[in-house]
Amino acid sequence: MSTKSDLPQGTLDLLILQVVALGSVHGYAIAQRLQQVSRDVVQVPQGSLYPALHRLENRGLLAADWNETETGREAKFYRLTRKGRAQLETEAASWKRLTEAVGLILRMSPEGAE
Amino acid sequence: MNWWQRLWRRKQMDQQLEKELQFHLEQHANELIARGHDPEEARRLARLSLGGPEQVKEQCRDARGTRWLEDLFQDIRYALRMLAKNPGFAVVALLTLALGTGVTAVMFTVVNGVLLKPLPYHEPHRLVALQEKTESANQFGNLWAFAYPNFLDCRHDSQSLTMAAWRNSGGIISASGAAEYVDAAETSSELFSVLGVPLLKGRAFLPEEDRLGAAPVAIISYELWQRRFAGDPAAVGSTLVFDGTARTIVGIAPSGFRINEDQMDVFTPLGQNPSPALQRRDRHPGVGVLARLRPGVALSQAQTELAVIGRRLAQQFPQSNAGRGFVADPLRPDVGDVGSTLWLLLGAVSLVLLIACVNVASLLLARAVSRERELAMRVALGASRGRLVRQCLTESAVLALAGGALGIFLAQLGVRPFVMLWPGSLPRAEEIHLDWHVILFAIAISLVCGVLFGLAPAVRAPARDVDHTLRSGGRTMAGSSRRLHSAFVVSEVALAVVLLVSAGMLGRTLLQLSALNPGLDFHNVLISRLALSPATLSNVPQIRPAWNDVLDRARHAPGVRSAAIVDTVPLREGNNQVAFWTTPSVVSPDTAPLALATSVTPDYLDVMGIPLLKGRFFDDHDRVGNELVVVIDDVLAKQAFGANDPIGQRLWIPAISSPFSSGSDGTDPVRVVGVVGHVRHWGLAGDDQAQVRAQFYYSFAQVPDALLARWSELMSIAVRTNAPPLSIVQSLRQELRGASNDQALYGVETMEGLVSASLARQRFLLLLFGVFAGLALLLACIGIYGVLAYLTGQRVPEIGVRIALGARPIDVMWMVLRQGLGMILAGIAVGALAAFAAGRVLQHLVEGMRPAGISTFVVAIPLLIAAALFASFVPARRASRVDPMTALRQE
Repeated sequence: MSTKSDLPQGTLDLLILQVVALGSVHGYAIAQRLQQVSRDVVQVPQGSLYPALHRLENRGLLAADWNETETGREAKFYRLTRKGRAQLETEAASWKRLTEAVGLILRMSPEGAE
Repeated sequence: MNWWQRLWRRKQMDQQLEKELQFHLEQHANELIARGHDPEEARRLARLSLGGPEQVKEQCRDARGTRWLEDLFQDIRYALRMLAKNPGFAVVALLTLALGTGVTAVMFTVVNGVLLKPLPYHEPHRLVALQEKTESANQFGNLWAFAYPNFLDCRHDSQSLTMAAWRNSGGIISASGAAEYVDAAETSSELFSVLGVPLLKGRAFLPEEDRLGAAPVAIISYELWQRRFAGDPAAVGSTLVFDGTARTIVGIAPSGFRINEDQMDVFTPLGQNPSPALQRRDRHPGVGVLARLRPGVALSQAQTELAVIGRRLAQQFPQSNAGRGFVADPLRPDVGDVGSTLWLLLGAVSLVLLIACVNVASLLLARAVSRERELAMRVALGASRGRLVRQCLTESAVLALAGGALGIFLAQLGVRPFVMLWPGSLPRAEEIHLDWHVILFAIAISLVCGVLFGLAPAVRAPARDVDHTLRSGGRTMAGSSRRLHSAFVVSEVALAVVLLVSAGMLGRTLLQLSALNPGLDFHNVLISRLALSPATLSNVPQIRPAWNDVLDRARHAPGVRSAAIVDTVPLREGNNQVAFWTTPSVVSPDTAPLALATSVTPDYLDVMGIPLLKGRFFDDHDRVGNELVVVIDDVLAKQAFGANDPIGQRLWIPAISSPFSSGSDGTDPVRVVGVVGHVRHWGLAGDDQAQVRAQFYYSFAQVPDALLARWSELMSIAVRTNAPPLSIVQSLRQELRGASNDQALYGVETMEGLVSASLARQRFLLLLFGVFAGLALLLACIGIYGVLAYLTGQRVPEIGVRIALGARPIDVMWMVLRQGLGMILAGIAVGALAAFAAGRVLQHLVEGMRPAGISTFVVAIPLLIAAALFASFVPARRASRVDPMTALRQE
């Protein structure tokens, strides 16, 4: 379990938006994809996935339709709205800036030399 | 989907949420099965990794953002259930609140209609009233009615205002039907257009009709149209004989049309008035002036412009206009001094409302304390403090709004009787309706009350010490709650004391005022205005014989003992204040003392029963040509002559001896021939504080011929009867119809009625304060009973122990009563202080009010203590009968 990290505050929304941006997808698949892509490092607490989805839908960043899956089951599929795409871009950009800055700071060696 | 759609489709959304989570669980389980898990085990693991489905659902619902509304509905449903479960509490609380908001809403409806509503004209905020203003003030102030020529000049010169003038008048309608006296107004042609009131039928006066010699026309009121023409459209264009002139009716005013709160039946063009006095700039009869600001003009611009016009006229006509300007003020409803009475009553009812609030608060608090266990349970199950406070406030708000709705219903029933009960006629009574202003007001005060009385239980709600509360079974009594309960009782008693003492003060004042001697014998006296035939009035030599004929006929009417004519009647509206001097060297007319002048015929003293103190009253020799004489009252005698004998002394009264000379030059003296008793002209209540009390009488027969026509319009006839005065009205009316059947009695009153009416306001206030005080007392008693019953109920185990240890029933009773008495006495102490303050307000606002004497308190306070002790007695007795065994087993 030590290889798995808790998600920093607020990043779950960003990750969901990114996954949904790739195409219309249902809740279970989102959870699966997050886990696979992050090579099981990011453990999405499934209990907080659905409230997050509903919150994003409520804010108009996601839209949802009921459609059939490949196996013929009815499921709720989420897709990105135009507003959601804009939000994803700004949040992704700011996340990138932040991680780069944090990376720079971490790359400093205590003695000032690598 | 917006929030209310989400709210309404809550059920559907919940189903979808269920389905979505179900899908997730199945997918997860299928995957686990595919990896080789046992199906049962797979489903368990799936559920585990999702977390508790109910919690997830709850969080998803929170994410929808309609949570607070759902909670609100839930709380309201819960509140209604609680009320239904406890009907006794619900009925008492609702009735208390309904009474409180009901009486307050009635008072507010009246205040709103009379004082707050704008005037019923088009864009009333653009209307202004104009007056003349002199630089220096005299006894009458420095604001004056307009001179008609000044109005014409202002109207002509002003760019910022459209102006109209009017004058109250009145006259006899003689053609078509019985002769009838009606109120009327002379108006300039623009009046209706300035007010923005369209005529119902026909047209307004044309500018060319608003001048001397134009064709005689008239506009009539809707009411007159209905009364005399039965609403016949052909009335427009027909002829109306008004005051002896045949006029063509050109228009009909809309129903209920008023100028300055006066309703009139006939309108005639002001410019057609032939009186030469109207054309003067000094010593003129005066006209009222209204104006509307032209679009885009501010009031200050209009005022500046009027000041410029005023200066120009002052240069052009220095004799009359020097130091005289014109001022414009926003037009306001003329409601006289009703305002102070209404605010006073609104203040009194808000005290009743406060008591009602306190009452419900203490009931709710008692309930909250007994529900402490339930609330503690909720906290234990995870309710937040804010959530509990919200629930408590929702409950009290539901109660308050239900009470408020009932109150609005009560107000709807109560407004009309209240207006009917008002002494005399309430100004703008036609504006008094229960409208949305009132409903908003009632809802607002209900909500404020709801928060006020819900706050106490709500603040207690958090149950800091859940564990303790749950274990103790909610039966222990927190000290703070006991203190709060006591505070409620204290404030209720204090408020009741204020109302009781106020009612007592009013009662005492009324008793004392009723016992005052009005200065005349008011039994069996009939007073009526009398309009002589218009033909007589226009022919001056006929006027004196006509009045003599009236007096002769009146004296011979059945039931009449004596008759007189008089201009201003005591205690009736209207007076004539004139300046007098005791020396011929007349100083500045602006500083002379004033006296009330009354012109009468010789029998007046007998008719009114006024005592003659010295000298003589008038006789038939006191007529034009003989020496001018006056009879003064003892107030004037003392004021003018001190201890000297006034008989034979001289007074200089320019208004009587030389009414046509301007200023004070060369006035002849008048001789004092008699002294009579003072009459309370300003009413039983108001006379002592009146500015001008001195009175003198002069003979109607000495009024100069030139004034006779004008004076005759003002005269009333007064008769002393042998029978009940109203029983002779019909025969008197017949007797005085005149040769051509166009003389009319109007404004018939009895002296007794006038005396009674002069105390009507005090009597009315006493009645209402009495009702309010009774209500307050009742509510306070219910409150005291409730609180003591509750507090005693909480102490049952303790009382059981005391009895088991040997306390006698009387000791237990005394213990409870003592607790009640402590609160009552504290309330009385606070209330007595507040009552002194309230007494000051009453003295300020009510004529003739006597200060709150000790006797008022002596009556009010024992009454309150007795009632309060009675209320405490029931719980005390119940406590004394506690069975120690049962009580102890409860613990």
